[in-house]
Amino acid sequence: MSGSKKKRISTASGWQMLVLGGLLLLLPTAAQAARISELVDTDFAQRAARFFTFQDASLRDALLGSMLLGGCCGMMGAFLVVRKLALMGDSLSHAVLPGVALGFLWHLSKDPVAIFIGATLAGLLGAGTVQLLRRTTRHQEDAALGFVLAAFFSIGICLFTMIQNLPGSSKSGLDKFMFGQAAALGREDVMLLAVVAVAVTMAVTLLFKEYRVTSFDPGFARSIGLPVQALHYSLMLLLAFAIVSALQAVGIVLVSAMLVIPAAAAYLLTDRLSLMVLLGAAFGVMAAASGAFFSFAGSNLPTGPFMVLSAAAIFAAAFLFAPRHGWLTRWWRERCQAARVRRENLLKAMYHALEQCSFITEQISVRELAERRRQTLEEMHAALRELERHGLVTVAADRSVVSFTPAGWQRACEIVRNHRLWELYLTRSAQYAADHVHDDAESVEHLLSEATVMQLEKQLNYARRDPHGKLIPGLADIQRGARVTPRDTEAGGML
Amino acid sequence: MESALELHDLTVAYHKKPVLYGIDLAVPSGKMVGIVGPNGAGKSTLIKAVLGLAPVAGGWVKVFGKSYRENCKRVGYVPQRESVDWDFPVSVMDVVLMGRYGHLRLAQRPTARDREIAMQCLDKVQMLPLANRQIGNLSGGQQQRVFLARALAQESDLYLMDEPFVGVDAATEAAIIAVLQELREQGKTLLVVHHDLANARSYFDQLILINMRLVAYGDTVEVFTPEVLQATYGGRLTLLDDVAQAMARRPALDSDRR
Repeated sequence: MSGSKKKRISTASGWQMLVLGGLLLLLPTAAQAARISELVDTDFAQRAARFFTFQDASLRDALLGSMLLGGCCGMMGAFLVVRKLALMGDSLSHAVLPGVALGFLWHLSKDPVAIFIGATLAGLLGAGTVQLLRRTTRHQEDAALGFVLAAFFSIGICLFTMIQNLPGSSKSGLDKFMFGQAAALGREDVMLLAVVAVAVTMAVTLLFKEYRVTSFDPGFARSIGLPVQALHYSLMLLLAFAIVSALQAVGIVLVSAMLVIPAAAAYLLTDRLSLMVLLGAAFGVMAAASGAFFSFAGSNLPTGPFMVLSAAAIFAAAFLFAPRHGWLTRWWRERCQAARVRRENLLKAMYHALEQCSFITEQISVRELAERRRQTLEEMHAALRELERHGLVTVAADRSVVSFTPAGWQRACEIVRNHRLWELYLTRSAQYAADHVHDDAESVEHLLSEATVMQLEKQLNYARRDPHGKLIPGLADIQRGARVTPRDTEAGGML
Repeated sequence: MESALELHDLTVAYHKKPVLYGIDLAVPSGKMVGIVGPNGAGKSTLIKAVLGLAPVAGGWVKVFGKSYRENCKRVGYVPQRESVDWDFPVSVMDVVLMGRYGHLRLAQRPTARDREIAMQCLDKVQMLPLANRQIGNLSGGQQQRVFLARALAQESDLYLMDEPFVGVDAATEAAIIAVLQELREQGKTLLVVHHDLANARSYFDQLILINMRLVAYGDTVEVFTPEVLQATYGGRLTLLDDVAQAMARRPALDSDRR
């Protein structure tokens, strides 16, 4: 009965936790936590307040430990991701299981050091087996990794079952190694984590140059006399350290996610390995801390999944909002560009309309423009309103005629000039047929920079006419403004 | 005079299957040497065997009279462009600085002087303006120039280059050739794997023609003859190939072990 009640509470607080967590991440101070807490059920609020005021020593250990392991995992993960060894993390984390069990059997207790040594040895044995299989058989890395993962994990499960059946060790706490429990971190665990974090950070800082070149171009690295094999194994040793130190809090099943996800998010944000390592570590720390918080606030739920979900949220944010590679930023950039192209095409159509009547008038009928662009009158009005907003055209009060503003005239001249210059360039220099160049110029006209245009003009000897005999507006026309018709009106009238 | 590179009875085998048989070669200093032969002839393997990147099954390699390990600082290497991941998060400058790593101790940072050398090398291949670009944002020709600049930064006496002209534009090819000729003027030795017979004659002082074994080596004017080319490109040596396959399948005998 109490079980069902617990379940109801946890599902009910799920949403609240997410909302609250988001707010707390923005303002992680005790004062804020106290204020927000009025909104939600007191039990959760009290827990949150306790978390952020650091009253509880065991809680402090759990949080500190989580952050240390998150940093280690994020740092090592960066090297895994750039080496395309993301699956190696998964395999190693499963391969350490028999080591954990053997470490436990050593003293028949949860001695952190014994378990750490056992697990690290098992991890290295796993990495060695992968190398051995790859060297001596025709298998590539993936098959070797899959084999090691499954085989070692199975051995570990067997040993675990054995331990469970041993008399007097049912409360061993080994089950925490599967899904992770940050609250289970004791003072000794945190000390061990701190040692590992310092060791990993020092090794990565000192040997950064070597790790970079062996990851990027191992053949070259060997040719300059670097001990590539030894460096690879030292990296695997550091990786095993990171994995083993993370086991208790994150759990075997999800450790690899803490290695890969923060680093993968960092990879979306930077083009430098050094920055990627730092960002990976920072994301790891953030994910681990917020994971520990949710786990604690939600009545000691398993920590691992919450850490991984936090990391995934960071990844999603990077995926959507990264300044250069972000999906949303790219979408927004493309949208802005498409709108600009639409505006410029309409300006161009207005220019063509004026050109057709030899620039004797400045005003263009909106109806005629709509026919030219094959749009309805309403669509044309909407498009013109947008041009007006950008200060490119003035529409008469009755909305029947439209004319250029000086800025609009300048942009229209530029676009027409770009189009015709590019057509001329393609026919003259790239030997395109005159009837093939229009479509290409349609897209290029919006992209040419001022410098490129100047180069084009020079290369084409400041030519006046495009391949179809039309006049190319020059700098003088653009500066004179809308009031003056382009030079050589007789030519304009010809077309 | 001491040879820049000396190979004696060099045999290379992958998984017990030989791909190069008993190569004897002595390349003098100050020559620009092309390595030519059909696909699968073992051109890249020859270079990799010198560098210790391919498994040597027999024979030995000497670089300026010593083993490769002892003299690896005197050897510069330009790998094939496709051998690395160009999305790797490093800048052009980072890659060229890697050429200096051979002169640095373990865990030692590149010095200001190393940076200066790297800049000069980038300038030599006209890539200085792109020094801070991520390498994935470069054209094929530019990527090849980066690799060349890295090799220049090694300041070596012997350069081994694996297909430096593959997939580059004409301007880059001309720029690379100019740099190589300048290196030769300085007395450096260059071994260049090359696939294009049309210009092999004009580029190189000497040619190494191989097809699983050494067919000919000598001055270009002497070895670039229809007979030698026919011997090099006239089909694979099917008998040699069959025997190699059989060797690979055969269980190791005690007499093989040394």
